[in-house]
Amino acid sequence: MTTADVARQGDKNAQPLSLSGHVGFDSLPHQLVNKSTCQGFCFNILCIGETGIGKSTLMDTLFNTNFENFESSHFEPKVKLRAQTYDLQESNVRLKLTIVNTVGFGDQLNKDKSYQHVVDYIDTQFESYLQEELKIKRSLHNYHDSRIHACLYFIAPSGHSLKSLDLVTMKKLDSKVNIIPVIAKADTISKTELHKFKIKIMSELVSNGVQIYQFPTDDETVSKINTAMNGILPFAVVGSTEEVKIGNKMVKARQYPWGVVQVENENHCDFVKLREMLICVNMEDLREQTHTRHYELYRRCKLEEMGFTDTNPESKPVSLQETYEAKRQEFLGELQHREEEMRQMFVQRVKEKETELKEAERELQGKFEHLKRMHSEEKNKLDEKRRTLEDEMNTFSKKKAATELLQGQSFNTNANLKKDKDRKNSGFM
Amino acid sequence: MTSNSRMKSRSFRSEDGAEEKEYVGFATLPNQVHRKSVKKGFDFTLMVAGESGLGKSTLVNSLFLTDLHKDRKLLNAEERIGQTVAITKHTLDIEEKGVKLKLTIIDTPGFGDAVNNTDCWRPITDYIEQQFEQYFRDESGLNRKNIQDHRVHCCLYFIPPFGHGLRPVDVEFMKALQDKVNVVPLIAKADCLTPNEIRKLKDRVREEIDKFGIKVYQFPDCDSDEDEEARQKDRELKESTPFAVIGSNMVVEARGQKVRGRMYPWGIVEVENQAHCDFVKLRTMLIRTHMHDLKDITCDSHYENYRALCIHTMTSKMNTDKRVESPILPTQNVETEKIIKKKDEELRRMQEMLQKMQQQMQHEQDL
Repeated sequence: MTTADVARQGDKNAQPLSLSGHVGFDSLPHQLVNKSTCQGFCFNILCIGETGIGKSTLMDTLFNTNFENFESSHFEPKVKLRAQTYDLQESNVRLKLTIVNTVGFGDQLNKDKSYQHVVDYIDTQFESYLQEELKIKRSLHNYHDSRIHACLYFIAPSGHSLKSLDLVTMKKLDSKVNIIPVIAKADTISKTELHKFKIKIMSELVSNGVQIYQFPTDDETVSKINTAMNGILPFAVVGSTEEVKIGNKMVKARQYPWGVVQVENENHCDFVKLREMLICVNMEDLREQTHTRHYELYRRCKLEEMGFTDTNPESKPVSLQETYEAKRQEFLGELQHREEEMRQMFVQRVKEKETELKEAERELQGKFEHLKRMHSEEKNKLDEKRRTLEDEMNTFSKKKAATELLQGQSFNTNANLKKDKDRKNSGFM
Repeated sequence: MTSNSRMKSRSFRSEDGAEEKEYVGFATLPNQVHRKSVKKGFDFTLMVAGESGLGKSTLVNSLFLTDLHKDRKLLNAEERIGQTVAITKHTLDIEEKGVKLKLTIIDTPGFGDAVNNTDCWRPITDYIEQQFEQYFRDESGLNRKNIQDHRVHCCLYFIPPFGHGLRPVDVEFMKALQDKVNVVPLIAKADCLTPNEIRKLKDRVREEIDKFGIKVYQFPDCDSDEDEEARQKDRELKESTPFAVIGSNMVVEARGQKVRGRMYPWGIVEVENQAHCDFVKLRTMLIRTHMHDLKDITCDSHYENYRALCIHTMTSKMNTDKRVESPILPTQNVETEKIIKKKDEELRRMQEMLQKMQQQMQHEQDL
């Protein structure tokens, strides 16, 4: 028992053991396959290309179905991404396919910021997966993985070289997603031109350090075909959902006055090769690369940003718990500090307000006093005036009485005088 | 019909007053014009504009059956990120049946290739205006014997066939140039579109040209006395704009003949086959029938507009110059006026404050 434990603990001590009979663990791959078939698979493709270059048509042709598409206008003010999820089934294998299309890519006059929207979208998907991973109660096996597994970049068939926008965008995306460049609408390039065009594109990508997705060559079963395909990149594709009668079969093709371009004819275009490479042979590898390379890179950058390291300044391994604790303390300390600051500010403000109010009160008081004084002064003045008026009235009434009396007296005397006169006159007689 | 012609010839005779077949002879005027123009030779300036990779040079080569751009250097994508538009000129002297043509092709490499294409047509409009200005100056000069006409007579604008219609850069470019030059929009690399798709795209482009109010070159209407066949052709021509063209530098063997074309695994596209593309229509229109009309419109409307605008700005500038001189005196008044205004403001403010204080006192008295 103990020797087996020791053997399991150290790889160096692992001794190859030969079996004397059939144990049965060679069915492990089958178990794995059964389990994943029951679960269903998930695949997300991002299609980047100019409006009208044939992204939706190619997806329809690849998956042999009709996804609901509608024509976009050329006058979108900025690049948007539209994601649609479908459930497909072939034999007993279920596939949850998400197709993300760019809307309005390459239409604006100023395309400086076009790549940013795509990068943001990819980062958002990585972020939500990271959040799920860091949750306390997580359900990764149920999680709908929305990370982009493959990015088909549609190159316009100019016949000369890549466009400047293509180069700029691919450089920004090559460390975030598996890029598979395809030449769209390839039925406008003749064979010789196509050969030159492919060489030019690949040399431009190499000279600018853009890392596109290389089909894996480490597995012997597929290495031969993958190496061959790596030399044919980028695939020149033609998409079509219409069928034309060739011989006695109906095939997917495009009918021109000068001939018929058959989509599945390897002589005409590389569609079959793309389908094989993307779906039949390397789909699982694309998913794995996304998870182990691109996602891990994103995660590392994000966590380093947040301040987590694997080793502290003394080069000793630091556990996540210690970092958590340290971060938490820092955060709480910062909170307290902020609280103190706010409290002080509050106190200061209150003091200021108080002094202001006191000032105002004093002013008002002063004014009130002043007004009162003025009021009493006025009152005094009025009183004085009233008195003088009264005095005058008194004097006037006295005078009036006096004059009346005088008048009455004079009247009486007049009357007496008259009486006397009358008597006198009457006496004479 | 015949009685009319008889009447006409009779009127000649009656004008002359003579009974014989004497005629004045000005019916030979067209021949004289023909002779003189052949002697003088013609010139034509054609501009091609559009994103790189749309087949402009190939089309020019196919149109004039030459190879203009033998050793040109195409830029890499990296170099094109911040590229500005350059203007290059190629002049050819070609002769056909005694008629000499001095053809100038103006190419605009770099248009629409940079990542930021705002105002990328500015060098092009500047160039066209420069040519107008040059001609204007020459025309108003003293010695007008040997004026060289470098004005741009026609601009072929290439619309990529990969989209659903016009793009913002197409609309902006055509709008910037519609009053300066005859704009002829073309759908480039038409061998990536099936006949249905070509029809849809043409309708779409025509709709959008109407919607945005872009003034492209309109074919002049047929004369009313042309016969039905010519009128039918004219109608067809007008309905198939914008032309969907294909160009080729190579000669291939098709149906037993050597023709200009493109060889594909699924068939051979012939440039001059009317069922394959509108190249023949374009060539007919551009060279065989409407070349002179393009020149006329350039001289009569675009150049005249430019000239009127130029004169107008010159005279209005002179007027504003005059106006600039007089305010030297009123500026002093303006200064004092400003001070007065400021003081007025202050006064008003103080009055308001006084009023407020009075109101407050009143309010407290009432209390």
